[in-house]
Amino acid sequence: MTAIPAPSSRIAWRPGRGTLFAAFVVLLIAGYALLRGRATLPHDGDAGAFRVFTGLRDWVDDNRDVNPVFLFVVNYLRFGVSLLVGGVQSLLTGLGWVGLTAVAGALAGVLAGWRIAVLTGAGFLSFGVLGLWEESVDTLSLTLSAVLLAVLIGLPLGVLSARSDAVRAVLDPVLDVMQIMPAFAYLAPMTLLFLIGEPASVLATLIYAIPPAIRISALGLRGVSATTVEAATSIGATRWQVLRGVQLPMARRAIVLAVNQTIMMALSMVVVTALIDAPGLGQVIIRALERVNVGLAFDAGVAIVVMAIVLDRITSRAADRADTTHHQARRVADQGGAAWRGALGGRRLSWALAALTALAGALVNGGGEFPEAVRWSFAPAVNDVVGWIELHLYPVTDAIKNVLTAGVLNPLQQVLTESPFWLVMAAVLGVGLMVSGVRAALVAVGALTGIALLGLWQHAMETLATVLLATVLTLLAGVALGVWTARSDLAGRVLRPVLDAAQTMPSFVYLLPAVALFGASRFTAIAASVIYAVPPVVRLVERGIRDVPDTVVEAAASAGSTPAQLLRKVQLPVARPALLLAANQGIVMVLAMVVVGGLVGAGALGYDVVAGFAQRSDFGKGFAAGLAIVLLGVLLDRLTQGAGRRRDTAVTTVTPTA
Amino acid sequence: MRQPEASRSEGTRSVTSRSERGRSAAAAAVVAVLTLTACGGVTSGAGDEKAKGTVNIAINAWVGYEANAAVITHLLEEELGYTVEEKSLKEEVAWQGFETGEVDVIVENWGHDDLKKTYIDEKKVAVTVGPTGNQGVIGWYVPQWMADKYPDITDGANLNRYADLFKTSESGDKGQLLDGDPSFVTNDEALVTNLNLNYKVVYSGSEAALIKAAQQATAQQKPLLFYFYEPQWLFSQEKYVRVKLPAWTEGCDADPAKVNCDYPDYVLDKIASKKFQDTGGDAYTLVKNFSWTNEDQNLVADYITNQGMSADDAAAKWVKEHESTWKPWIPAS
Repeated sequence: MTAIPAPSSRIAWRPGRGTLFAAFVVLLIAGYALLRGRATLPHDGDAGAFRVFTGLRDWVDDNRDVNPVFLFVVNYLRFGVSLLVGGVQSLLTGLGWVGLTAVAGALAGVLAGWRIAVLTGAGFLSFGVLGLWEESVDTLSLTLSAVLLAVLIGLPLGVLSARSDAVRAVLDPVLDVMQIMPAFAYLAPMTLLFLIGEPASVLATLIYAIPPAIRISALGLRGVSATTVEAATSIGATRWQVLRGVQLPMARRAIVLAVNQTIMMALSMVVVTALIDAPGLGQVIIRALERVNVGLAFDAGVAIVVMAIVLDRITSRAADRADTTHHQARRVADQGGAAWRGALGGRRLSWALAALTALAGALVNGGGEFPEAVRWSFAPAVNDVVGWIELHLYPVTDAIKNVLTAGVLNPLQQVLTESPFWLVMAAVLGVGLMVSGVRAALVAVGALTGIALLGLWQHAMETLATVLLATVLTLLAGVALGVWTARSDLAGRVLRPVLDAAQTMPSFVYLLPAVALFGASRFTAIAASVIYAVPPVVRLVERGIRDVPDTVVEAAASAGSTPAQLLRKVQLPVARPALLLAANQGIVMVLAMVVVGGLVGAGALGYDVVAGFAQRSDFGKGFAAGLAIVLLGVLLDRLTQGAGRRRDTAVTTVTPTA
Repeated sequence: MRQPEASRSEGTRSVTSRSERGRSAAAAAVVAVLTLTACGGVTSGAGDEKAKGTVNIAINAWVGYEANAAVITHLLEEELGYTVEEKSLKEEVAWQGFETGEVDVIVENWGHDDLKKTYIDEKKVAVTVGPTGNQGVIGWYVPQWMADKYPDITDGANLNRYADLFKTSESGDKGQLLDGDPSFVTNDEALVTNLNLNYKVVYSGSEAALIKAAQQATAQQKPLLFYFYEPQWLFSQEKYVRVKLPAWTEGCDADPAKVNCDYPDYVLDKIASKKFQDTGGDAYTLVKNFSWTNEDQNLVADYITNQGMSADDAAAKWVKEHESTWKPWIPAS
């Protein structure tokens, strides 16, 4: 291991650290043994923080139509967004299914080439074939409205953040919170401010989806080389000219990528907002859940996966093209011409063709129904398969659950909840100091203090135990699969669509089979979060191992390493930063599923959020629990990665397609 | 336990109202501009007068409720020519809708004395519109096979003897009592304490998880004690037996912390917004007249859940076959 220096000296274990760590652990164990049961913070259903939030809620309810903030800001927002959604919706519906399919296909053709155009056309037709045309169009309208707003707001913010460190310093923590805050936790405050229905749905989606729009575009702009900018400035270009003529064109690929990520995030959130009466595929899934009919939900899930794949392929292919035209654009730009207008000149013909197709399509079938005769459903087959699995695998899955719960989860939870709270804080401080440095350690302890002040210590510790076990399982599965795909192209090809589906399929679809197999329990939540969190971990691990320089691998191989030695002694150590990033990303993804876990018996913070959403009197508790989840996220993030490391890399990791 | 035939067209229920949505958005725009000039600011739109002829029905998350709503919707649209907007909402959120104007009527309400106090007595934004005719039962249930195997288990006094059977990974060394969605009416934590039961309440968190657990308990012959209710479509597929707790007497559940008796039978009723009562016209009268039996509701719920019909189709079928039941609901004018 010493033969290859680890890329980051900060994380490498120096001699002596091991002993220090061991001593620290022994100290903690001794502390737990002596003091267990003292200075714990048991749950109190009526903590002060809950009452404060509930009071806030009542105030808003009473002042909705009186207070100027509502009259002039909040209600305008709601009104404006509802106009936007209405517009997009009538546009898409007005085209009819022939028109919309033609428009989508034509757009895909112009932006991404004819192969993607065919894929897009087929994808849109599949919505109709599944019998979900109207719902798919609703979901698409909400997604597009939210993405439109996210880009309109996010791009300027990205520019500001790229240009000014002060703006960046303010934005970054806010974006962190937005990314960690579980989707469910927004919903109650959203309905409080914007009531229910489409506007609230779009605004909640906007909050969830805007961080990548800001981060990736800022990253792209910052990546434009300083010399190019200087060159432009030296020939007398103003800041605005530099931005418009040089920086934006050169960051095009990043900007398109930002749009891609925003779309993916928005799509997943729009489905969840069915809970606040947003129309679309999410409603189908929720209704299927009421009927305990997995097959029905699966059809809607497939429509969402197809929509995600189509939108992803269009935008990521467009990003690749932006990259090629970018070189042409630079040549044009170097000659002082307008940047990307010239490069696009050749496409005018295809635009015209596309517009013509779309118009023809819309004229042929304005608002006509998708033909009833052409229908296909996965529901019967899926229900049969799921039924078989639920009946026959249960003894095995039940045993797995019982062993892991009794052997790992319960002891872990016991240690966390029965230790004095200050001992847990000391443990976090120690681990933080050793792994991530002083600043990160202090932030982590600050997060714990916040949790204690919110009155949710015990529930947070219970959730922490679940999250830790889920993360470990996610990493085990993710590293194994990642190594496999890195070493075999075939495995990569087989796994990729499965990973895509696992990441875009709404978790509601597979929750019920999970309940059947593992019962209403914490372990069901763990199973669901592993499914959700494994794909990005696999991708990061795969990329990390593939990025190990060939020369290093060859050198080791020529020195006689077996493949196993190669992996253990060379590839994994060199890929360590990627592995740490994978761990960090895995934790964030697992946390995102905590609330969903509350719907299937995991209790603790997840259930608090669900209850806060369902019961007026529990609003304060639910809101506090949402904040506590964010604080847990901050804690784990800082402990695993140390401040600053994640920022520049994490934004590119949520991509559903590597 | 599965419904392979189930319809995919369920979600199309809201489709009819789509074009109206566009129109009402336009109407809202006009209203908002007016409000704007009048008092310099936009209200939430929530309290504004709806275009005449639109009824907003809250849809709570269980199929029995949907059955009521589907039949009322069908009659309002087909017989009286109203437009119906259905809003999928949790119970408490739906009550808030009375205040904001988003909801005109809830067509199956389970008790909720606290909400009645807040919204009917204190805020005076809602009114009761009489019973739906359905009897609601809440209680603790076990699968039929358990009642067969341990006949005395259906007496709550014997539950402690069987606590070991109900142990799970979630309840530790106590027996597990599985509860459902957080918005359901429940006294279970207090009951466990006050009846000195060696049990722990575990919250499944959703109705779907509760039903799934019940189905598995039957399929796998796995012990399960759970909070459940009737009317519920699951009873048309599998049998579950209610566990008797000390009988309910007037006032025994007055103090939530001291409840030591079984749940009362609920007379399910309808709740409307005050505004709907005042301005709803024939639509309000129809909702007020609506009253049917548990059999009626179970029939429509069964169409929806087990026979693969959309709620619309199920309602249309029932309406076609039960004209004598619903004719009297229609206002004379």
